[in-house]
Amino acid sequence: MALTKEEVLHIAKLARLELKDEEVEKFRTQLSQILEYVGQLQNVDTAGVEPISQITGLQNVMREDRVEGCDPDTRDLMLEQFPKRKGDLLETLGVFE
Amino acid sequence: MPKLNELTIAQAHEGLKKKEFSSQELTKACVDRIYEVDEKVNAFLTVTEKEALAQANVVDKKIKAGVVPGLLEGIPVAIKDVILVKGVKCTASSKILENYIATYDATVIKKLKQAGAVILGKTNNDEFAMGSSGENSAYKITRNPHDLDRVPGGSSAGSAASVAAHECIYSLGSDTGGSIRQPAALCGVVGLKPTYGSVSRYGLIAMSSGLDVIGPFTKSVEDARIVFEAIKGKDPMDATTVECPSPDLASARSPSPTRGEGESRQFPSPQGRGQGEGTLRGMRVGVPKEYFIDGMDNETEKTVRQGIAQLEKLGAEIIEISLPYSPYALAVYYVLQPAEASANLARFDGIRYGHSVLRPSPDLAFAQSPSPSGRGEGEGLYGVYAKSRAEGFGDEPKRRIMIGTYVLSAGYADAYYKKAQAVRTLVKRDFDDAFTKVDCIATPTSPTPAWLIGERMTDPLSMYLADIFTVSANIAGIPGISVPCGKAHGLPVGLQILAPQLGEDILFRVTGAYEMTVSHNS
Repeated sequence: MALTKEEVLHIAKLARLELKDEEVEKFRTQLSQILEYVGQLQNVDTAGVEPISQITGLQNVMREDRVEGCDPDTRDLMLEQFPKRKGDLLETLGVFE
Repeated sequence: MPKLNELTIAQAHEGLKKKEFSSQELTKACVDRIYEVDEKVNAFLTVTEKEALAQANVVDKKIKAGVVPGLLEGIPVAIKDVILVKGVKCTASSKILENYIATYDATVIKKLKQAGAVILGKTNNDEFAMGSSGENSAYKITRNPHDLDRVPGGSSAGSAASVAAHECIYSLGSDTGGSIRQPAALCGVVGLKPTYGSVSRYGLIAMSSGLDVIGPFTKSVEDARIVFEAIKGKDPMDATTVECPSPDLASARSPSPTRGEGESRQFPSPQGRGQGEGTLRGMRVGVPKEYFIDGMDNETEKTVRQGIAQLEKLGAEIIEISLPYSPYALAVYYVLQPAEASANLARFDGIRYGHSVLRPSPDLAFAQSPSPSGRGEGEGLYGVYAKSRAEGFGDEPKRRIMIGTYVLSAGYADAYYKKAQAVRTLVKRDFDDAFTKVDCIATPTSPTPAWLIGERMTDPLSMYLADIFTVSANIAGIPGISVPCGKAHGLPVGLQILAPQLGEDILFRVTGAYEMTVSHNS
């Protein structure tokens, strides 16, 4: 399962990762090896086998949708970690430009 | 009398209770040890000495006032740097969280604090818990205290090494595919991966939510039980948590709800009998033939076989079993794990916290402005995401994010992700079948002892193969423990015991009895 350079760039774009030119070939080789290894799953007959997504079998765990709030110190600690802020507002670039 | 920092939890607790020493003395002994050896071992990323001594002081005042301390009260613990401790930096050993200060306590930390634990600091790990050697940290390479040229295993590298080097009394780590058991084996300590959902992950930086679990590194099996009892339990903040049986109830019930037999087996308790022969009478231990593979280190295999022979001497019945789908478990893991990780790590986008090109950083040369990349798609919000992530993540997270993105992408999700989930069912069925014949399963924890630093770094796939004996437990959601069982090439070897879901009690019985009759020199 060898990936092409274009496929690697496409995956990186979907994953929101900018790759340097020299990284593209390195990851192309490594990702191809890993995909080849996991490709052995295709040899397993899974006809009629239900896929598992929750291993202990829990279903529909509910909780009340309630605002907990937080103390002023915690609030400040969170605000301080914004990369860019205007007062107490998070500042970022527009989605549509 | 061993030095204070070398004590087990149980021993330290006795000492505190009898006022032979104070929690501050115990804490100071660990801190001194960190100053003495951590320059070489590199287990810690952050040491919270002042806070630790303050916590110890509170405990000492209580003890002085006549209060009998709880089991973990006043005992110093080290925490893997993927678990949030409020007000303390939490990096996941990644540059993308270089300056992140945790804004709340993880549930396990809340529980430990309520139990009076003394938190010494945060330990190094493979970035975002991705790796099997500790070498993927963006900050430092943790070394194996048994041989400083060798890796301690990973991803909970510092948590294992700090216990082995007696820089703490115990530690917490996380295990997604072996990240507690494998480094425990390589460092010669006890490491417990509890049942999926038995310990809350609220406040654990999520890697792979269908597999991650928090557990302890300790110097004895008894200690592992003490910590597990303290941190386990249902938590409304983690919807995947399950109710755990209390230890007394557990011994009187069928070992697993998945066993499908109404039969209830009583195992003799180690306390109720003379130590040694007969302690494990009635215990059926399965040895899967698929776990003794070609290419496995001979001395390691010999040491593990001796450990299993010891179980037999203790009265256990050894039964050869087969887990036919186990050769596929690692491939299942390397589809599901990256898939979930790619989704979980999408939150690191340079917008709300963590490294961002929106925030000029003096540490990263080309992080000054969100300028176009020259590839024509680096502008605007996309550029903020793609550049912040490119600068913040190391190679291993990048690899796994891309693999995960690929196996979840349109046209490939059925062939990879759904397929892996179906094979997961078959791996779990293997264990369900096995546990109708045996009470627990004994295997090697790792196919080799600790390898040399740098040896596997250029070949990611060879690093992945280090988890070959540990991933199955995460795939099946069952608990596993690694205990030291001797040495190979002068390096520690681990014996892994696996039990049905919520069968921790069986693990403690088997390894507790084993540990009592085997002396380890470390």
